Amino acid sequence: MMLTAPALGYLLLSPMIIVFAAAVIGVLVEAFMGKTHRAAVQLTISIGALLLALVQLWRIRDISSTTAAVNSVTIDKAGVFIQATVVILALIAVLLIADQDNFTAQASALPGSSEEAVALSQKNQQTEIFPLFMFAVGGMMLFPVATDLITLFVALEVFSLPLYLLAGLSRRRRLLSQEAALKYFLLGAYASAFFLFGAAFLYGYAGTISLAGISSAAGSANEVFLLIGIIFVSIGLLFKISAVPFHSWTPDVYQGAPTPVTAFMAACTKVAAFGAILRIFYIGFAEVQTMWRPIITVIAILTMVFGSVVAIAQRDVKRMLAYSSIAHAGFLLSGVVALSKDGLAASLFYLMAYGLTTLAAFGIISLVRDSTGEVTDLNRWVGLGKKSPLVGSIFAFLLLSFAGIPLTSGFIGKFAIFSAAYESGRIEIVVTGVLASAIAAFFYIRVIIMIFFTDPVNDSVSVVIPTVKSKLSIAVATIASIILGLAPSLLLSSATNFATFIK
Amino acid sequence: MAVANYLYLSAILFTIGAIGVVVRRNSIVVFMCIELMLNAANLAFVTFARINSNLEGQVVAFFTMVVAACEVVVGLAIIVTIYRSRRSASVDDASLLKR
Repeated sequence: MMLTAPALGYLLLSPMIIVFAAAVIGVLVEAFMGKTHRAAVQLTISIGALLLALVQLWRIRDISSTTAAVNSVTIDKAGVFIQATVVILALIAVLLIADQDNFTAQASALPGSSEEAVALSQKNQQTEIFPLFMFAVGGMMLFPVATDLITLFVALEVFSLPLYLLAGLSRRRRLLSQEAALKYFLLGAYASAFFLFGAAFLYGYAGTISLAGISSAAGSANEVFLLIGIIFVSIGLLFKISAVPFHSWTPDVYQGAPTPVTAFMAACTKVAAFGAILRIFYIGFAEVQTMWRPIITVIAILTMVFGSVVAIAQRDVKRMLAYSSIAHAGFLLSGVVALSKDGLAASLFYLMAYGLTTLAAFGIISLVRDSTGEVTDLNRWVGLGKKSPLVGSIFAFLLLSFAGIPLTSGFIGKFAIFSAAYESGRIEIVVTGVLASAIAAFFYIRVIIMIFFTDPVNDSVSVVIPTVKSKLSIAVATIASIILGLAPSLLLSSATNFATFIK
Repeated sequence: MAVANYLYLSAILFTIGAIGVVVRRNSIVVFMCIELMLNAANLAFVTFARINSNLEGQVVAFFTMVVAACEVVVGLAIIVTIYRSRRSASVDDASLLKR
């Protein structure tokens, strides 16, 4: 038997290849380079690779191909847009992550042991966080363009496994951080097992593992297999975007993980997972929409209401943003249910706007500290706006954007996504969405009142002077978020142009 | 023997794994239950490859084994680190994060 080498479209794959190559080089640098300049070199490699990937994405923006890697990867306009979103958000996140102060010097050392103290005092900081980060970014770029079940599963694991480790690398409150990693890992692996089992049944149903094949098998094969497949695959995917009832890991992991990692996780995982969900449902399952649309509609409604209501009761700012991210997953799901070009365009815009706002918000949280580290207890944030007006007002603006107040990017995103759902006749989702936004606005504004209109308590909490990298990262994310709110057509029109999936 | 029986076996294994994750308290055992679920999925893939008489399902099974091996590496690293700092591998003891 003759084996023929598969034809790969290297140009189309180059953004992912660059990112993965940088990750591999990062591992070598970690192994062989001395500690003095290692962090700077790692950061340069990461930023350089991400910029290069962005340039390559710009070059391939008009090319579409279903055979970029035989039949496993489809590069199309929406895919390129989602990849670019991941890379841009990762560029901002890597600057937050470069603040090594947040990460443990030596993850293998016991918390509080002499080993840890020695590593800290000798400034023997390990920098494995950069290669892990780059592997995660690479997986996140592959996930939304993967078009067969193997590639989807492998990409899911490639970006999840580094994230489980990243969640456990905090320098302070290490037990909490390790616990977050354990919870994230066990529940994440549980969800991917569901995904894989569902994939097996989709394969059994269609006789092929490609999404296009599953779509064209509609009506000709055993529908029970298809239903089992859709349900189990959806469980795996809904877990990653933390939709109710698969959300229970989100608050714990967001709270326990180091804040820069939480920022990266909250922004980029959501983009990648929604990219894949949109592709799977728009291409693979579009023919059998009567089977899943009602279920996903109910899940979307539950997610928005639950996220918004439970967020009110939170006393910890990271947990509050975790519940807010659950609510936003619900809003984004209405773009999936819309199942139209408008729905896709609105989701693309929403993901970018939400990602930028989230990065900036977690960036701000990492600045509010006392002598023992970050302060995330909301009661101690009281009067922060008076101590530090600039940080207070940026955070207030970001919260307003989460709430979807007009003239912010959050408002445009919500408006676009709800009008797409309305056009598709999903009135119930629009009504609940608007009500949930109103509930959500209540707790965002409550926080703003606490920050600005309450007298500061006599407390050691203060805003640290950020490093240049953090400052740059927060500034870029905030300014981009402001621009998207004031001149949304800049991005909205290109999101509409790019809103096409090809089979 | 009918090929469908392998599907029933796979479903039973998957269910045992899924229930095990929920009821067992030792994180190593929970992790083994997850591996059982992955292997149940593998069995389903191979069975479907036989039913559909093509090889794709068997290829997936190979990929799953590799991914499962990577998962073991990461998972055990996390569980061992937790065990070293707490002297316990029970998932109930890891409850500092408030509910």
